Amino acid sequence: MSVETHSPVREPLHRPAGLAGFAADWASDQRTFKNVSWGKAMMWIFLLSDTFIFGCFLIAYMSARMSTAVPWPNPSEVFALHIGGSDVPLILIAIMTFVLITSSGTMAMAVNFGYRQDRRKTALLMVVTALFGATFVGMQAFEWTKLITEGVRPWGNPWGAAQFGSTFFMITGFHGTHVTIGVIFLLIIARKVWRGDFDTGRRGFFTSRKGQYEIVEITGLYWHFVDLVWVFIFAFFYLW
Amino acid sequence: MTETTAHTDTIPQAGSRAPAHEQHQQHPIGLYLVVWVLLFVLSTFSYLVDYVGLQGYLRWSLILLFMVLKAGLIVAIFMHMAWERLALIYAILLPPLLVLVFVALMVSESHYVLFTRLAFFGAAP
Repeated sequence: MSVETHSPVREPLHRPAGLAGFAADWASDQRTFKNVSWGKAMMWIFLLSDTFIFGCFLIAYMSARMSTAVPWPNPSEVFALHIGGSDVPLILIAIMTFVLITSSGTMAMAVNFGYRQDRRKTALLMVVTALFGATFVGMQAFEWTKLITEGVRPWGNPWGAAQFGSTFFMITGFHGTHVTIGVIFLLIIARKVWRGDFDTGRRGFFTSRKGQYEIVEITGLYWHFVDLVWVFIFAFFYLW
Repeated sequence: MTETTAHTDTIPQAGSRAPAHEQHQQHPIGLYLVVWVLLFVLSTFSYLVDYVGLQGYLRWSLILLFMVLKAGLIVAIFMHMAWERLALIYAILLPPLLVLVFVALMVSESHYVLFTRLAFFGAAP
């Protein structure tokens, strides 16, 4: 912060707050999101579009479940695991939820250390986040395998409404794909952080622009969104 | 704080470093830990709803309550939305509310589809 005081050029603009600020920002020229970089704004807008995709999936699931005359399979029993002689309902899903929340926590810390210019801790925390993400995908693969061996198919299952399989594979499959992409994204950025690209101003591949630690926060936005979507899937698909 | 150093050694590119200043989201680690613990607790609660076997409106309202609280914490704290300007908050958070209109449409449609299935195919389609 001491650097900032010596530099009058970077004096923050005084813009109105609250609703007046909202009107002023949207009515102003040049750019609407005054203190948000284009990278962050575009990630948010991408996430908004992704919200609609997952929203449509969950609405499709709701419509299928509400309009079927056949009983819906009980997720509590379908996703139970046989541990120590008794069936524990939804235990695998609960563990997956905790794994994803933990990864969100480590990601938030990585963003924090990124802005403190602590590249080792940032890179390590991002790798830890990626590992939790990979664990999540692994558990999902286990869950899919279990259900497929029990006879769940997109066109039918042994317990009830045929739409159960198609909605399950579509929603969790699309979410799992997002997690997988997130893991790859995390590892790529973690490598750049570890190498010190954002300290030395090394130019990036393809755009040849210099990166900044802000990319860690943008990666974090994507990762938290994946966790956010899981909150809704957990509530509507597994618990409802 | 990096803004200054980054600014001096980069060639100013048209538009990319407009007069607006970009803020860094810098918050104490303790805040993240508190939210992390809260998310764990809320997840445990929502799991317990199923484990205890609550049914009916109590089950559904509790599921929704814990879901909204978790989503709110993630968006507000982890994604730093609580510290953004209203221009961004409204642009991102208001449009998804329209999904609720879609939900209402499809609830009505689903009732109708169920009605036609029962009326024309009997209980077993």
